Amino acid sequence: MIINHPILGPRDAQEFVYLGDAALMGRPDGMTAGIEEFHDWLYNRDNPAGEHRELWYHEQGDRSWLVVTRNTVTHEILKVELARDVARAMGRAK
Amino acid sequence: MADMLRPLTALGGHAPAELAVGLLIVTERFDVALASVAARRGRMADLARAVVKTGLPLPEAGRHAAGTPYSAFWVAPEMWFVEAPFATHEGIAGMLKGALGDAASVTEQTDAWVALDLAAPDLAPILERLSNVDLRAAPDGFATRTVIEHLGCYLIRHGAGNVRLYGPRSSAKSLIHAIEGAATATF
Amino acid sequence: MSQSNRIAGGQIDRSRTFRFTFDGTAYTGHPGDTLASALLSNGVRLMGRSFKYHRPRGPLSAGSEEPNALVQLRSGARQEPNTRATVAELFDGLTATSQNAWPSLRFDAMAINDRLNTFFTAGFYYKTFMWPASFWEKVYEPIIRRAAGLGALTREEDPDEYDKGFLHCDLLVIGAGPAGLSAALTAGRAGARVILADEDFRMGGRLNAETHEVGGMAGADWAAASVAELATMPNVRLMARTTIVGAFDHGIYGAVERVSDHLAVPEKGKPRQTLWRIYSRRAILAGGATERPIAFENNDRPGIMLAGALRAYANRWGVAVGDRVAIFTNNDDGLRSATDLRAKGVDVVAVIDARADGPLLPGIRHVKGGEVVDAQGRLGLTSITVRDASGRTDNLRVTALGVSGGWNPNVNISSHHRSRPVWDEGIRSFIPGADVPAGQSAAGAAAGVLSTHGALATGQAQAIAALEGLGITAKAGSLPEAEDAPVSITPKWYVSGGKGRAWIDPQNDVTVKDVKLAHQENFTSVEHLKRYTTLGMATDQGKTGNVLGLAVMAGLTGRTIPETGTTIYRPPYTPVAMGTLAGRSRGKEFKPFRLTPSHKWAEEQGAVFVEVGMWLRAQWLPKPGESHWRESVDREVLAARKSVGICDVTTLGKIDIQGTDAGAFLDRVYCNTFSTLAVGKCRYGLMLREDGMVFDDGTTARMGEHEYVMTTTIANAVTVFRHLEYCRQVLWPDMDVQLISTTEAWAQFSVAGPNARKLLEKIVDQDISDAAFSYMGAGEITVGGLRARLFRISFSGELAYEIAVPTRYGDAMIRALVAAGQEFDAVVYGTEALGVMRVEKGHVAGNELNGQSSALNMGLGKMVSKKKDSIGMVLSQREGMNDPDGYRIVGVKPVDPAGKLTAGSHFLEIGAAAEIANDGGWLTSKVYSPHLGCDIALGYLKGGDQKIGKRMRAVNLLVKPATETEVEIVSPHFFDPEGERLRG
Repeated sequence: MIINHPILGPRDAQEFVYLGDAALMGRPDGMTAGIEEFHDWLYNRDNPAGEHRELWYHEQGDRSWLVVTRNTVTHEILKVELARDVARAMGRAK
Repeated sequence: MADMLRPLTALGGHAPAELAVGLLIVTERFDVALASVAARRGRMADLARAVVKTGLPLPEAGRHAAGTPYSAFWVAPEMWFVEAPFATHEGIAGMLKGALGDAASVTEQTDAWVALDLAAPDLAPILERLSNVDLRAAPDGFATRTVIEHLGCYLIRHGAGNVRLYGPRSSAKSLIHAIEGAATATF
Repeated sequence: MSQSNRIAGGQIDRSRTFRFTFDGTAYTGHPGDTLASALLSNGVRLMGRSFKYHRPRGPLSAGSEEPNALVQLRSGARQEPNTRATVAELFDGLTATSQNAWPSLRFDAMAINDRLNTFFTAGFYYKTFMWPASFWEKVYEPIIRRAAGLGALTREEDPDEYDKGFLHCDLLVIGAGPAGLSAALTAGRAGARVILADEDFRMGGRLNAETHEVGGMAGADWAAASVAELATMPNVRLMARTTIVGAFDHGIYGAVERVSDHLAVPEKGKPRQTLWRIYSRRAILAGGATERPIAFENNDRPGIMLAGALRAYANRWGVAVGDRVAIFTNNDDGLRSATDLRAKGVDVVAVIDARADGPLLPGIRHVKGGEVVDAQGRLGLTSITVRDASGRTDNLRVTALGVSGGWNPNVNISSHHRSRPVWDEGIRSFIPGADVPAGQSAAGAAAGVLSTHGALATGQAQAIAALEGLGITAKAGSLPEAEDAPVSITPKWYVSGGKGRAWIDPQNDVTVKDVKLAHQENFTSVEHLKRYTTLGMATDQGKTGNVLGLAVMAGLTGRTIPETGTTIYRPPYTPVAMGTLAGRSRGKEFKPFRLTPSHKWAEEQGAVFVEVGMWLRAQWLPKPGESHWRESVDREVLAARKSVGICDVTTLGKIDIQGTDAGAFLDRVYCNTFSTLAVGKCRYGLMLREDGMVFDDGTTARMGEHEYVMTTTIANAVTVFRHLEYCRQVLWPDMDVQLISTTEAWAQFSVAGPNARKLLEKIVDQDISDAAFSYMGAGEITVGGLRARLFRISFSGELAYEIAVPTRYGDAMIRALVAAGQEFDAVVYGTEALGVMRVEKGHVAGNELNGQSSALNMGLGKMVSKKKDSIGMVLSQREGMNDPDGYRIVGVKPVDPAGKLTAGSHFLEIGAAAEIANDGGWLTSKVYSPHLGCDIALGYLKGGDQKIGKRMRAVNLLVKPATETEVEIVSPHFFDPEGERLRG
């Protein structure tokens, strides 16, 4: 596959490491959330046949974490964003 | 401590190695000091000001910019590798820290890498056996990280027949062996 | 017998003669020949035996679709089984042998299977080897394995090299027939970056095998002229002998280039084959079409082949397969073979046209509405039985028969992303369907356009369209004049009524009868048909037989062919050698090595090295007179504990962490606290995963207010770095933290033992007394003026330091340390001694950091701070992970000091039976402690912290009979439990 890196342009997916569902970005705050909430966040995820937002890491590149929106059936990549931008937009900060 | 003054190059010699295979000449560079410079969060403007005084270029993504004494190439968002002559800049990290203050995080990288200069009339036929970089289409001054022989390397195109590679120092021998193999298959 | 069947013409170089042997008999051929054409020119039709029935076989085709003529090429270590003789390029000195035949190709004992064919029908394996179940492993599988496969491997190491590489283009053109050449010319002239790949050694495709004219010259000449023009274009890369084997995502194609297969031995240093990964922006599939046979009784006799192949051998290679030939066809294209062969002076005995209305060829006997109902000649065709429209049969003496059931476009590569080919009623065949790989289009015969003119036109049009999508304008040039005959075909799949077998898939011996059986047993879906009969599952992927098979099934079920559907294709298009997939990554070059800064010195000492990930580390360093590794390791441990030892620890991961939030960041990623660590100090840190299990550990030093150096385990250096980037970019994107690896930048040595400080004092420029550089101190120092770092940390339990210098000085440093240590009898120790000392001290390492263990399991539960949020903190509090009777790390000693321990042994109570219900845990790491004079181990024991002092059994169940040792459960800190030595 080819991932169109927002900064570097098209790069071979071989250069990336796959983590999984981008829902992982919504990590609860450990000081306020309890075991149930963490458990639900860590283990209960959708596994869609179709459009899926995923976390990919450009390990053999610029080390950017990316949010890749990919169709898991056709492998079509619909959108690639820097995860840091997405995280900030979600309200994640420090 | 006279022994302490006898460094070894990444390829294990007391002098930098040079290797010729067909039309390819590989020269180990032992005279390059290297440091990483990363902007502190929200301090890019401060860093940009500081580098002007220092004479340090900070090229855009995917590029190398040559200068004196400092050249630099982009490695990650708001992060660069800076090159300088080793003879005058053995303490490159300390020198850059002094110049850039707290606008940047600076880390010594000189000995983390083996630096290899590749020269041939046309390097594309050799490098296409080693890396997925489209060297033919890349402009001079193109800089990227790429995988060669399973190793994460930096590749800088200075010309169609002139490329600098930085590879992980501990694997210098494996890297040069791969380059040798590719050149043998080419010529 | 020297090339008795050679006739005039063809694209072979008759000025040179190649000698070769087949099954030990010497023959001659010419440059330009394939092994098949050369053998046929010598009158050899029998080239192999079939897989199941061991039927005698000759080539069916003249190309890569060949199912029958598989041979073992070359000899010795270069012997390669299952090579298709039809594409094996002849070279001087070639040797080939037949396979799947014993004792000889002409007399094969296993041909008894053919007599037992009623027994070996479809589903034979499923029905026969079902019961009793216990027979499977011991009886059935060994029998099947012996009978399976065609050729044999030599078991010698492949002496050739293989390579890999990466290519880029705007347009990849797959196939260099008229369509591909037309597309490449159009795109090349427009300045686009073009790769034109063709599996043949001579570009031109069918133009080389036909007598058509293109642009007023012979088709083959036009092809050669086009290739010559393309060769002058710097933006075009011509890749002959290159098969596109697969279409992968987003325009990536796999290609196998046979660089040296046409040579007896590759040139020195040159690869035999290269696997290319081609990045294309657009691709045109111009892979042509494959002719399909018509099934009839005994249609697998050597000498019966596809009609197009028969004329290809005549036109391209100057070979008459037989002196008397007949053609059996259901379409006009089959007639061309009759015309061409007769023009070459071959005696065309008859054309049997299944159609009642096919055109007549003047001067050739024409059997209208006829059928070939049987063929005779076990080792080579001698005659055929023909039935005419009135039902009258006749026997014709022929030595070759060309059969044409129509042409199947080579849609394979269009369906590699699961696109289903669709039925084209005009050519009675499947063409590429919707949802082909993005950026791919088809032209020429591959698209179902079977005339030469159509190929040229669609090649040009598809190239223009593809480039338009890239913003490149290509001009439509005037097309050279070429034949544009319409396809005239009347379906005819098999000749019914016979009692014998009619082959559909000759390689896997699938016959019409097998398809009927599948139908009878209700395996009527194409996917079931394929798996039940193995139709299309041989190395040729059913290129000639698939459509025929499913047409037969369609007929049986009363459905149309489109209703019946087709199976689809997977990469590779043709078989790929394992060596090609491996490339240079084999043997010692399987992966790169990482060498430590002291490697050269250690080599000089005769060190024994061990692979630790990619690193080569000194495992122990034997002294003269030491004959057993334990002697060396015991000596190293005792000397370090008695005085001082030196060890290269560069391999540990080192990550530089800077930024105003560096401390707060470390508090998040470690379960314990680092923000409070004083500058100039280091601390042991434990890193958890979010599920609460331990991820990694190491010491991290604070080198400045906003600067830390983290140490990781060797194994996790990369994954920890990845994780830290994740935390800083994704979880806490506004933290001011910058990361970079410095693992390779510093050569780091551990100096451990009571005399460690004395040794280092001789080397470093600063005061490192306990007062000036206390336990867990860290800082920048100098060594003879050279910048260095010192950390007072210990893995061994001894007074210990780690000293780091820029890597280039690592070799000098080990020599300096050894020289300075001479007066203390300092020893350099390897990883074994390191392991002994860490087990004696009770430190966890890889065997304990197994990904299934929590801080609590490791006796480090108190390290998890609940006053701050950190990765894994919350879920480490789950009930199940806090069972008071859960696993705890313990030390283990044999009750009898001579008792032996084995890592992996399980804890059992005295007298308890060795069954899972009584399992108490296991021994994780075992060493011999020269200090204690016995084996010692660490282990995870259920409720282990409550069992110190208890006696149990350590049972090794991995040997039969199980062995066991009575052990005492002790503290994991065997050595200096109070830590007095390391604080000294």
